[in-house]
Amino acid sequence: MTVTIIRRLMQSLLVVVAMSLIVFVGVSSIGDPTYMFVSPDATHEEIARVKETFGFNRPIWERYVYFVEGALSGDLGKSYMFNQSAMHLILQRLPATLELAFAALFLAVFLGIPLGLYSGLKPDSPFSKLIMTGSIVGFSLPTFWVGIMLILIFAVMLGWLPSTGRGDTVEVLGIRVSFLTWDGLRHLILPAFNLALLKISLVIRLTRAGVREAVHMDYIKFARAKGLAPSRIVGVHLLKNILIPVVTVLGLEFGSLIAFSVVTETIFAWPGMGKLLIESIQTLDRPVIVAYLMLIVFLFVIINLIVDLIYAMLDPRVRLAGRRR
Amino acid sequence: MTRPPFAQVLLAGAALLSLSMSASGLELAEENTLTIGLSSEATAVDPHFHTLTPNNQIAAMIFDALVNQDETQQLIPGLATEWKPVDDLTWEFKLREGVKFHDGTDFTADDVLCSFERAPNVPNSPASFALYVGNKKVTKVDDHTVHFSTPEPYPLMANDVSNIAIVSDETGCNATTEEFNSGKATTGTGPWKFVEFIPGDRIVLDANKDYWDGAPAFDKLVLKPIKSGPSRVAALLAGDVDMINDVPTTDIQRLEGDDNVTLAQGSSNRVIYLHLDQFREDSPHITAKDGSKIKNPLLDLKVRQAISKAISREAIRDRVMEGQSILAGQLLPKGFFGVSENLKPVEYDPEGAKALLAEAGLPDGFKVLMHGPNDRYINDARILEAVAQMLNRVGIEASVETMPRSVYFTRASQGGPGETPEFSLILVGWGAGSGEASSPLRSLIHSDGPANRGRYSNPEVDAVINEAMAAVDDDKRQELLAKATEMAINDGAIIPIHYQVNTWGLKKGLSYEPRTDEYTLGQSVTRDAD
Repeated sequence: MTVTIIRRLMQSLLVVVAMSLIVFVGVSSIGDPTYMFVSPDATHEEIARVKETFGFNRPIWERYVYFVEGALSGDLGKSYMFNQSAMHLILQRLPATLELAFAALFLAVFLGIPLGLYSGLKPDSPFSKLIMTGSIVGFSLPTFWVGIMLILIFAVMLGWLPSTGRGDTVEVLGIRVSFLTWDGLRHLILPAFNLALLKISLVIRLTRAGVREAVHMDYIKFARAKGLAPSRIVGVHLLKNILIPVVTVLGLEFGSLIAFSVVTETIFAWPGMGKLLIESIQTLDRPVIVAYLMLIVFLFVIINLIVDLIYAMLDPRVRLAGRRR
Repeated sequence: MTRPPFAQVLLAGAALLSLSMSASGLELAEENTLTIGLSSEATAVDPHFHTLTPNNQIAAMIFDALVNQDETQQLIPGLATEWKPVDDLTWEFKLREGVKFHDGTDFTADDVLCSFERAPNVPNSPASFALYVGNKKVTKVDDHTVHFSTPEPYPLMANDVSNIAIVSDETGCNATTEEFNSGKATTGTGPWKFVEFIPGDRIVLDANKDYWDGAPAFDKLVLKPIKSGPSRVAALLAGDVDMINDVPTTDIQRLEGDDNVTLAQGSSNRVIYLHLDQFREDSPHITAKDGSKIKNPLLDLKVRQAISKAISREAIRDRVMEGQSILAGQLLPKGFFGVSENLKPVEYDPEGAKALLAEAGLPDGFKVLMHGPNDRYINDARILEAVAQMLNRVGIEASVETMPRSVYFTRASQGGPGETPEFSLILVGWGAGSGEASSPLRSLIHSDGPANRGRYSNPEVDAVINEAMAAVDDDKRQELLAKATEMAINDGAIIPIHYQVNTWGLKKGLSYEPRTDEYTLGQSVTRDAD
């Protein structure tokens, strides 16, 4: 197991180094951001000053070396636009994004699995058909459109929920969270649902497929024959076996929930990292883009590691295979 | 195991829900808060860090300048009550007495001196205020009089001074940008006091009840960045915000018909225009129709005039802008200092355009690829597409390439060989920050203009602009600026299309005086009398 983890970590390090090069060169080749920054009536001297200050007049390799030097000492650069450490800016907004991603994950698990189970166990009931049709809709509608529709229906027409923004926050262990206040929770519902919609549909389908396959297995039949309560058959024997693919997929999808909540955050004006990223791209605030992408690479590496570990907990054979190597 | 019946849980939840909903509703009504949804966000609350509209607009709420700009950018007394030139090189500003900073300290000449010292020197500024401070020397005469002097006569002294926010010499002048963002140094004299700044989420301000120009109509101001246009409109309709700026043109009609919303609309100081390559014999994106090289036709005044005549400004206003624009015949709309009385928008005349092209020796037209941004001005890409279609109608085979502004402006300014402008015919906009005609003349028309992306160069026009910039007498300068504008426009230096119209949406019962500089200021929002 330890060897496996170490090997995985080494591989990850390589990925991080390669990504840093790709990201840095890619972002730098978009062009010189000077004209994005300076006031339109800036003089030639001012334009020269900005180029000098931020090093836009230096060759790219020189800037990369400078970046790597900083990165090794834990400094991924300073935002041009905000004059703050890029990492600080991102971490400042991480709690909001994590909160949204966890809320979406929560919805995906606690709506997706029960609905999937139901439609897997009773495939012919009308409700199951409704669930399956609903999941197709969830798959195929674009997030930005659903987001706007949610706002129109629940905020503008019905007035039940607030349309945009994050609600009141309270500090827990120095982190601002909003799901503990009523106002915060109300603000969280629509964006979380919008972000979760695709994942809910995915989980429903995965669960249903797993259930349909497993109910005909011998061990389920045997458990039935033994006279076990249906709740125990479903809750213990069935669920445990169908959860492995669901956990794998959710793990990967959780990464994308965090990394690519951009659309949802923009529509709901959610003050998270995605919104920061999209604004940084629009203003060519390179250090923030680079730091963000590096963080996401790092995040995916960690998530994949955690998924492997959960795997091992759910399925003892995985752990044994690791030891044998 | 007994479970609480599902229905009961639901009921209890619903009861709780309705209870807390009514409670929060009451709270909001009592607080007298104004919440505004803004399309863009300030990068800092440091008033000297970054000269950018959202930043300057926050600064104008928390701080004052010596001279303020009213809603049509006319100069009005701010922290200075009067100003006048005492000789050719020196201006005297009399400071307002009895003004206090938010922390209770007095405003004096020392605050002015150190603010002008700090403004051009903020480290790592992406767009520095050095532009407005320049080579001005500030000296204190007494506690309530300061002198500004320049090596040469400088008529725009008060315009420049109106851009520099005055911070306190005790807390603000030696502070870093971070200390402003945290609120530690954010002590101004303005109508609002800083409460908190949560980047990406909100800026909260409290009313300054002792403001020298009268307290704001609200006790508290919350500014929320809502970048997406439809979301901003939805937030207004849902009542989550009381006011929004930048209403998308497609939503204006719908909001006009809504009983709970009023709109505030007014002309902006921003002209949308075409800039034409006038410095190269061989322009990179222009060819003959068969693709062979030709001499840059834009060098010929007749061709420039033909392009102008080929554009139906009315059609662009009515179809592309949903009626939300004002036809342009020069650099600034009527009413601004230095505009010409004689220039009118060019009439749509496709036959005249064809005739002019024929006179220029191009009866079959030519081929041109036009460039423009697609996320900078209101409907920018669609305007350019419309222009291209109109050019096609008179025989100029025009096609369009648009791109995000982050790429566009660099290429348009210096993308070509030797850092020359890369494109041949481009769509751009210009907002006159100073609120008078010298701003576009100096930047777009003058041979040395930093935003002269067509490299138009006419020594006669340059001479008139230079003369205007040395004329301290207002009447004389006004006349010279108008003259330079006429010379440049008649010479086809640029082709103006329209002036933007700014639209704010407000909850019924609130009013806003539309501003030409596109700022959204909390202190200018008032309640209608019942």
